Amino acid sequence: MKKNPLLGRDVISMRDFGPAEIRAILDRCRGFENNRKPLLQGKVLANLFFEPSTRTRLSFDSAMKRLGGATIGFSDSISTSISKGESLWDTIRVAEGYCDVMVIRHPAEGSARLAAEATRLPVINGGDGSNQHPTQTLLDLYTLKQRTGRIEGLKVAFVGDLKYGRTVHSLIRSLSHFDARLWLVSPTSLCLPEDFLEDLRDSGTEHHIVDELAAVPDDVDVLYLTRIQKERFVDAIEYERVRNAYQVNPENVARFGAKLTLMHPLPRLNEVHAALDQHPGAAWFDQAHNGVIVRQALLALCLGAA
Amino acid sequence: MKPPNAKMQVSAVRSGTVIDHLGPRTAFKALKILGIAADATVLIGVNLDSSKLGKKDILKIEGRELTEAEMNKVALLSPQATFSVIRDFKVVKKFSPTLPDTVEGLIRCVNPACITQDPRVTGRFLVAAKKPLKLRCYFCERSMRENEIEFL
Repeated sequence: MKKNPLLGRDVISMRDFGPAEIRAILDRCRGFENNRKPLLQGKVLANLFFEPSTRTRLSFDSAMKRLGGATIGFSDSISTSISKGESLWDTIRVAEGYCDVMVIRHPAEGSARLAAEATRLPVINGGDGSNQHPTQTLLDLYTLKQRTGRIEGLKVAFVGDLKYGRTVHSLIRSLSHFDARLWLVSPTSLCLPEDFLEDLRDSGTEHHIVDELAAVPDDVDVLYLTRIQKERFVDAIEYERVRNAYQVNPENVARFGAKLTLMHPLPRLNEVHAALDQHPGAAWFDQAHNGVIVRQALLALCLGAA
Repeated sequence: MKPPNAKMQVSAVRSGTVIDHLGPRTAFKALKILGIAADATVLIGVNLDSSKLGKKDILKIEGRELTEAEMNKVALLSPQATFSVIRDFKVVKKFSPTLPDTVEGLIRCVNPACITQDPRVTGRFLVAAKKPLKLRCYFCERSMRENEIEFL
């Protein structure tokens, strides 16, 4: 049996996983595509969601139940002791007695790492502010592999808000392990933070900073689209201009051909034209559905059941 | 007019530590980092001419021999600082600090959204690069350059 890459580990940040480990995790995910084995019967997952989430919470819930386990948890901090001033550390120490594994989503960056320090149980980061969302990155990589047959040597254009999107940040960092060539398409005000650019330079990853989709070459393999959020703009007119300028529609993706894979972490606003749901490369619902497969794998691996 | 070769006269230390080659205007921060008490005997030189640095600060701390760990803390503030431990007016040890691999407490994370902004959480930083200095918050992963480092 292959070595379990997550035994005794937490899933906090993609920084913690090298290319071999990422490959090993993705390989193990495949076994969960049609899994109905109750591998986690008798186990309890605590979904500790200190801020709202739809897909991440529901898919962890679904993943645990498909593995025969049970879930407990909360979906905002208002109804918990946090609103009474309890520290995150104490909340985690208390929850430790109620479950076998925890998923935490919290608005403070670094909260998942702190949670992992507070407990001996495995902790999975379901998103900590704009820092990391490793399970999203893994499901994105899994979808990329499913769609393109590989994760190595891909030409990927990231489009939209590259400044605040944690999804983009961890996926870019992970792709830099796999000889990706990147096009970073955004308005100047939403461009990839310097810290990440520096990492790309350090890792020798080819990347091009451009401000329009027209600058992306025709033979790109993937367009990874992101939501441009209104609250990031002071000026409403500038927001309208930017969101329209970065909308992807059947006309402006036609030149990329039918082999193109189109991804979006969802929820989407108008950055994706509704007609693109019919594009053979549209993968956003696959991403969402793969979330359950990948999260099943992560739960089972973290608990040593796979 | 200042005569050529004029030097500022400062008393020698009987026993204690002299910190030389501190970056200009860092002496007071260094005292704070080292937790030197307000009633300690300290000579402070600020913005002195230095052939090596252009300008530098100096600290002469009477009655306290700094530990290597303490000296390494100062390296975060001023990596080129040099230390001399003095006993009975004689230098008994010279020390050039090395940056530690991790730093606990001491610094405030530059990220206002970091969990360590909660005063109940002690910050921890990994030294990602030594020259030029780059720290990374162990929790939120945000990098900090030398000019962004804020001591608690």
